[in-house]
Amino acid sequence: MTVAVVQFGGSNCDRDAVRALEHLGIDAERAWHEDGLPDDTTGIVLPGGFSYGDYLRAGAMAARAPVMAEVRDLAEDGVPVLGVCNGAQIGSESGLTPGAFTTNRSARFQCEHVHVRIERADTPWTSAYDEGDVIELPIAHGEGRFELGESAYDRLERDDRVLFRYCDPDGTVTEAANPNGSRGNVAGVLGERETVAVLMPHPERATVPDLGLTDGQGILQGFAAAR
Amino acid sequence: MTAYTATVTVRLKHGVLDPEAETTQRALERLGFELEGLRSADRFEVDLDAESADAAADRAEEMAERLLANPTIHDYEVAVEER
Repeated sequence: MTVAVVQFGGSNCDRDAVRALEHLGIDAERAWHEDGLPDDTTGIVLPGGFSYGDYLRAGAMAARAPVMAEVRDLAEDGVPVLGVCNGAQIGSESGLTPGAFTTNRSARFQCEHVHVRIERADTPWTSAYDEGDVIELPIAHGEGRFELGESAYDRLERDDRVLFRYCDPDGTVTEAANPNGSRGNVAGVLGERETVAVLMPHPERATVPDLGLTDGQGILQGFAAAR
Repeated sequence: MTAYTATVTVRLKHGVLDPEAETTQRALERLGFELEGLRSADRFEVDLDAESADAAADRAEEMAERLLANPTIHDYEVAVEER
Protein backbone atom coordinates (compact mmCIF):
# COMPACT_ATOMS: atom_id res chain seq x y z
CA MET A 1 0.00 0.00 0.00
CA THR A 2 1.79 3.12 -1.16
CA VAL A 3 1.24 6.54 -2.62
CA ALA A 4 3.23 6.76 -5.85
CA VAL A 5 4.79 10.17 -6.48
CA VAL A 6 5.35 10.14 -10.22
CA GLN A 7 8.71 11.60 -11.12
CA PHE A 8 9.27 13.02 -14.59
CA GLY A 9 12.50 14.54 -15.88
CA GLY A 10 12.34 18.02 -14.38
CA SER A 11 10.03 17.21 -11.46
CA ASN A 12 11.47 18.84 -8.37
CA CYS A 13 8.84 18.56 -5.64
CA ASP A 14 8.74 14.75 -5.65
CA ARG A 15 11.01 14.34 -2.63
CA ASP A 16 9.11 17.03 -0.73
CA ALA A 17 5.85 15.21 -1.40
CA VAL A 18 7.21 11.88 -0.15
CA ARG A 19 8.64 13.56 2.93
CA ALA A 20 5.40 15.38 3.71
CA LEU A 21 3.28 12.24 3.25
CA GLU A 22 5.60 10.20 5.44
CA HIS A 23 5.39 12.91 8.09
CA LEU A 24 1.65 12.24 8.13
CA GLY A 25 2.23 8.50 8.45
CA ILE A 26 1.24 7.82 4.85
CA ASP A 27 3.49 5.39 3.03
CA ALA A 28 4.86 7.01 -0.14
CA GLU A 29 7.56 6.43 -2.71
CA ARG A 30 8.84 8.04 -5.85
CA ALA A 31 8.05 6.27 -9.12
CA TRP A 32 10.13 7.14 -12.18
CA HIS A 33 7.60 7.57 -14.97
CA GLU A 34 9.32 5.16 -17.35
CA ASP A 35 9.14 2.38 -14.75
CA GLY A 36 5.36 2.65 -14.45
CA LEU A 37 3.42 2.65 -11.21
CA PRO A 38 4.15 0.17 -8.40
CA ASP A 39 1.72 -2.77 -8.20
CA ASP A 40 0.59 -1.73 -4.73
CA THR A 41 -0.23 1.86 -5.70
CA THR A 42 -3.10 3.14 -3.56
CA GLY A 43 -2.70 6.82 -4.39
CA ILE A 44 -0.91 9.01 -6.91
CA VAL A 45 0.77 12.40 -6.62
CA LEU A 46 1.68 14.33 -9.75
CA PRO A 47 4.31 16.56 -8.17
CA GLY A 48 5.49 20.08 -8.88
CA GLY A 49 8.49 21.06 -10.95
CA PHE A 50 9.27 21.78 -14.55
CA SER A 51 8.70 18.49 -16.32
CA TYR A 52 10.27 18.46 -19.79
CA GLY A 53 11.48 22.01 -19.18
CA ASP A 54 7.91 23.31 -19.63
CA TYR A 55 8.44 22.78 -23.37
CA LEU A 56 5.43 23.62 -25.55
CA ARG A 57 3.23 24.34 -22.51
CA ALA A 58 3.77 23.54 -18.85
CA GLY A 59 2.72 19.92 -18.35
CA ALA A 60 2.03 19.25 -22.03
CA MET A 61 4.72 16.63 -22.55
CA ALA A 62 4.32 14.78 -19.25
CA ALA A 63 0.55 14.63 -19.82
CA ARG A 64 1.20 12.50 -22.90
CA ALA A 65 3.78 10.20 -21.29
CA PRO A 66 2.72 6.51 -21.26
CA VAL A 67 2.51 6.42 -17.45
CA MET A 68 -0.47 8.78 -17.65
CA ALA A 69 -2.58 6.00 -19.20
CA GLU A 70 -1.95 4.01 -16.00
CA VAL A 71 -2.79 7.08 -13.92
CA ARG A 72 -6.04 7.54 -15.83
CA ASP A 73 -7.02 3.87 -15.43
CA LEU A 74 -6.39 3.91 -11.69
CA ALA A 75 -8.19 7.24 -11.33
CA GLU A 76 -11.23 5.68 -13.01
CA ASP A 77 -11.03 2.83 -10.50
CA GLY A 78 -11.27 5.38 -7.70
CA VAL A 79 -7.60 5.55 -6.71
CA PRO A 80 -7.01 9.07 -5.34
CA VAL A 81 -4.92 11.34 -7.58
CA LEU A 82 -3.59 14.75 -6.52
CA GLY A 83 -1.79 17.10 -8.93
CA VAL A 84 0.21 19.92 -7.39
CA CYS A 85 1.54 22.91 -9.37
CA ASN A 86 3.24 21.34 -12.40
CA GLY A 87 1.21 18.27 -11.47
CA ALA A 88 -1.92 20.39 -11.78
CA GLN A 89 -0.79 21.53 -15.22
CA ILE A 90 -0.17 17.89 -16.15
CA GLY A 91 -3.60 16.94 -14.80
CA SER A 92 -5.40 19.55 -16.87
CA GLU A 93 -3.30 18.91 -19.97
CA SER A 94 -4.14 15.21 -19.74
CA GLY A 95 -7.85 15.87 -19.33
CA LEU A 96 -8.01 14.42 -15.80
CA THR A 97 -9.38 17.77 -14.65
CA PRO A 98 -11.12 20.59 -16.51
CA GLY A 99 -9.58 23.87 -17.64
CA ALA A 100 -6.05 24.99 -18.38
CA PHE A 101 -3.33 26.65 -16.33
CA THR A 102 -1.54 29.26 -18.38
CA THR A 103 0.71 32.32 -18.10
CA ASN A 104 0.17 34.44 -14.98
CA ARG A 105 -1.51 37.78 -15.57
CA SER A 106 1.71 39.42 -14.32
CA ALA A 107 3.76 37.48 -16.91
CA ARG A 108 6.11 36.76 -14.01
CA PHE A 109 7.07 33.73 -11.99
CA GLN A 110 5.44 34.28 -8.60
CA CYS A 111 6.77 32.76 -5.39
CA GLU A 112 4.71 33.88 -2.39
CA HIS A 113 2.18 32.82 0.20
CA VAL A 114 -1.52 32.98 -0.63
CA HIS A 115 -4.78 32.30 1.14
CA VAL A 116 -7.32 29.91 -0.32
CA ARG A 117 -10.87 29.22 0.73
CA ILE A 118 -12.19 25.68 1.03
CA GLU A 119 -15.17 25.59 -1.32
CA ARG A 120 -16.24 22.04 -0.47
CA ALA A 121 -15.47 20.03 2.63
CA ASP A 122 -17.11 16.80 1.45
CA THR A 123 -14.15 15.49 -0.57
CA PRO A 124 -11.22 13.39 0.69
CA TRP A 125 -8.90 16.37 0.11
CA THR A 126 -10.87 18.73 2.29
CA SER A 127 -12.60 16.58 4.89
CA ALA A 128 -10.13 17.90 7.51
CA TYR A 129 -11.55 21.40 7.00
CA ASP A 130 -14.94 23.07 7.09
CA GLU A 131 -16.46 24.69 4.04
CA GLY A 132 -15.40 28.35 4.04
CA ASP A 133 -12.21 27.72 6.03
CA VAL A 134 -9.23 29.80 4.92
CA ILE A 135 -5.80 28.20 4.73
CA GLU A 136 -2.40 29.66 3.90
CA LEU A 137 -0.24 27.91 1.30
CA PRO A 138 2.81 28.78 -0.81
CA ILE A 139 2.61 29.21 -4.56
CA ALA A 140 5.58 29.11 -6.95
CA HIS A 141 4.55 29.25 -10.59
CA GLY A 142 4.71 31.22 -13.80
CA GLU A 143 1.76 29.49 -15.46
CA GLY A 144 -0.99 29.22 -12.88
CA ARG A 145 -3.79 31.30 -14.34
CA PHE A 146 -6.84 29.08 -14.52
CA GLU A 147 -8.65 29.47 -17.83
CA LEU A 148 -11.81 27.86 -19.09
CA GLY A 149 -14.33 29.02 -21.71
CA GLU A 150 -17.41 30.73 -20.36
CA SER A 151 -19.96 27.96 -20.83
CA ALA A 152 -17.57 25.27 -19.57
CA TYR A 153 -16.79 27.47 -16.58
CA ASP A 154 -20.49 27.89 -15.83
CA ARG A 155 -20.84 24.11 -15.94
CA LEU A 156 -17.87 23.74 -13.56
CA GLU A 157 -19.56 26.08 -11.08
CA ARG A 158 -22.90 24.35 -11.50
CA ASP A 159 -21.31 20.94 -10.91
CA ASP A 160 -19.61 22.34 -7.80
CA ARG A 161 -16.18 21.21 -8.91
CA VAL A 162 -14.21 24.24 -7.69
CA LEU A 163 -12.33 23.04 -4.63
CA PHE A 164 -10.14 26.03 -3.67
CA ARG A 165 -10.36 29.74 -4.45
CA TYR A 166 -7.79 32.47 -3.81
CA CYS A 167 -9.15 34.82 -1.18
CA ASP A 168 -8.05 37.42 1.32
CA PRO A 169 -7.11 36.33 4.88
CA ASP A 170 -10.71 36.57 6.08
CA GLY A 171 -12.08 34.48 3.24
CA THR A 172 -13.44 37.10 0.87
CA VAL A 173 -12.78 36.26 -2.76
CA THR A 174 -11.41 39.48 -4.25
CA GLU A 175 -9.50 40.45 -7.36
CA ALA A 176 -6.69 41.75 -5.15
CA ALA A 177 -6.32 38.29 -3.60
CA ASN A 178 -6.06 36.65 -7.01
CA PRO A 179 -2.31 36.19 -7.54
CA ASN A 180 -2.33 35.18 -11.20
CA GLY A 181 -5.57 36.32 -12.83
CA SER A 182 -7.34 32.95 -12.55
CA ARG A 183 -10.94 32.92 -13.72
CA GLY A 184 -13.20 32.90 -10.69
CA ASN A 185 -10.08 33.00 -8.44
CA VAL A 186 -9.88 29.24 -8.98
CA ALA A 187 -6.82 27.71 -7.29
CA GLY A 188 -7.87 24.06 -7.52
CA VAL A 189 -10.56 21.89 -9.11
CA LEU A 190 -11.96 18.39 -8.95
CA GLY A 191 -11.95 15.87 -11.78
CA GLU A 192 -14.95 13.76 -12.75
CA ARG A 193 -14.54 11.94 -9.47
CA GLU A 194 -14.02 13.66 -6.14
CA THR A 195 -10.97 11.45 -5.65
CA VAL A 196 -9.14 13.37 -8.41
CA ALA A 197 -8.06 16.94 -7.68
CA VAL A 198 -5.44 19.43 -8.80
CA LEU A 199 -4.26 22.71 -7.29
CA MET A 200 -1.54 25.26 -8.02
CA PRO A 201 -0.54 25.98 -4.37
CA HIS A 202 1.82 23.55 -2.62
CA PRO A 203 0.30 21.62 0.32
CA GLU A 204 3.51 19.55 0.63
CA ARG A 205 5.40 22.76 1.45
CA ALA A 206 2.94 23.48 4.24
CA THR A 207 2.89 20.15 6.06
CA VAL A 208 6.16 19.53 7.91
CA PRO A 209 6.22 21.89 10.95
CA ASP A 210 9.93 22.69 10.48
CA LEU A 211 8.94 24.69 7.41
CA GLY A 212 6.57 26.92 9.34
CA LEU A 213 3.18 26.44 7.74
CA THR A 214 1.13 23.30 8.32
CA ASP A 215 -2.20 24.28 6.75
CA GLY A 216 -1.63 21.88 3.85
CA GLN A 217 -1.67 18.74 5.99
CA GLY A 218 -5.40 18.21 5.58
CA ILE A 219 -5.10 18.09 1.80
CA LEU A 220 -2.45 15.36 1.84
CA GLN A 221 -4.44 13.49 4.47
CA GLY A 222 -6.88 12.94 1.63
CA PHE A 223 -4.82 9.89 0.73
CA ALA A 224 -5.68 8.37 4.11
CA ALA A 225 -9.28 9.63 4.00
CA ALA A 226 -9.94 8.16 0.56
CA ARG A 227 -8.91 4.66 1.55
CA MET B 1 3.45 9.47 -51.59
CA THR B 2 4.29 13.16 -51.83
CA ALA B 3 6.48 15.19 -49.53
CA TYR B 4 4.66 18.03 -47.78
CA THR B 5 5.31 20.63 -45.15
CA ALA B 6 2.32 21.27 -42.93
CA THR B 7 2.47 24.59 -41.13
CA VAL B 8 0.45 24.55 -37.91
CA THR B 9 -0.20 27.96 -36.34
CA VAL B 10 -1.45 27.91 -32.77
CA ARG B 11 -2.77 31.05 -31.14
CA LEU B 12 -4.78 31.96 -28.08
CA LYS B 13 -8.52 32.11 -28.58
CA HIS B 14 -9.98 35.55 -28.96
CA GLY B 15 -10.51 37.08 -25.55
CA VAL B 16 -7.96 34.94 -23.69
CA LEU B 17 -5.50 37.19 -21.89
CA ASP B 18 -1.98 37.09 -23.39
CA PRO B 19 0.42 38.57 -20.80
CA GLU B 20 3.47 37.75 -22.90
CA ALA B 21 2.11 39.68 -25.88
CA GLU B 22 1.19 42.61 -23.63
CA THR B 23 4.68 42.64 -22.15
CA THR B 24 6.20 42.49 -25.64
CA GLN B 25 4.00 45.36 -26.79
CA ARG B 26 5.09 47.47 -23.81
CA ALA B 27 8.73 46.72 -24.56
CA LEU B 28 8.28 47.81 -28.18
CA GLU B 29 6.61 51.00 -26.99
CA ARG B 30 9.52 51.61 -24.65
CA LEU B 31 11.79 51.40 -27.69
CA GLY B 32 9.79 54.23 -29.22
CA PHE B 33 7.57 52.26 -31.62
CA GLU B 34 3.96 53.18 -32.13
CA LEU B 35 1.56 50.25 -32.33
CA GLU B 36 -2.10 49.57 -31.68
CA GLY B 37 -1.89 45.95 -30.65
CA LEU B 38 0.20 42.81 -30.80
CA ARG B 39 -0.71 39.15 -30.84
CA SER B 40 1.69 36.26 -30.66
CA ALA B 41 1.36 32.74 -32.04
CA ASP B 42 3.35 29.54 -32.17
CA ARG B 43 4.19 28.12 -35.57
CA PHE B 44 5.19 24.51 -36.19
CA GLU B 45 6.51 23.32 -39.54
CA VAL B 46 5.97 19.60 -39.90
CA ASP B 47 7.61 17.71 -42.74
CA LEU B 48 5.64 14.61 -43.70
CA ASP B 49 4.91 12.27 -46.59
CA ALA B 50 1.28 11.64 -47.48
CA GLU B 51 -0.98 10.37 -50.26
CA SER B 52 -2.48 13.81 -50.80
CA ALA B 53 -2.48 17.34 -49.43
CA ASP B 54 -5.76 16.56 -47.66
CA ALA B 55 -4.28 13.52 -45.97
CA ALA B 56 -1.29 15.61 -44.87
CA ALA B 57 -3.62 18.29 -43.51
CA ASP B 58 -5.70 15.68 -41.65
CA ARG B 59 -2.62 14.29 -39.97
CA ALA B 60 -1.34 17.75 -39.01
CA GLU B 61 -4.77 18.63 -37.60
CA GLU B 62 -4.72 15.57 -35.44
CA MET B 63 -1.27 16.59 -34.19
CA ALA B 64 -2.70 19.98 -33.28
CA GLU B 65 -5.71 18.43 -31.53
CA ARG B 66 -3.68 15.96 -29.55
CA LEU B 67 -0.57 17.93 -28.61
CA LEU B 68 0.40 21.13 -30.40
CA ALA B 69 -2.66 23.10 -29.24
CA ASN B 70 -4.67 23.03 -26.04
CA PRO B 71 -8.29 23.28 -27.23
CA THR B 72 -9.32 24.92 -23.96
CA ILE B 73 -7.38 28.08 -24.77
CA HIS B 74 -6.14 27.78 -28.35
CA ASP B 75 -7.36 28.00 -31.93
CA TYR B 76 -5.16 26.62 -34.67
CA GLU B 77 -4.92 26.54 -38.43
CA VAL B 78 -3.11 24.22 -40.80
CA ALA B 79 -1.63 25.08 -44.21
CA VAL B 80 -0.04 22.42 -46.40
CA GLU B 81 2.53 22.91 -49.14
CA GLU B 82 4.49 20.48 -51.29
CA ARG B 83 8.04 20.32 -50.13
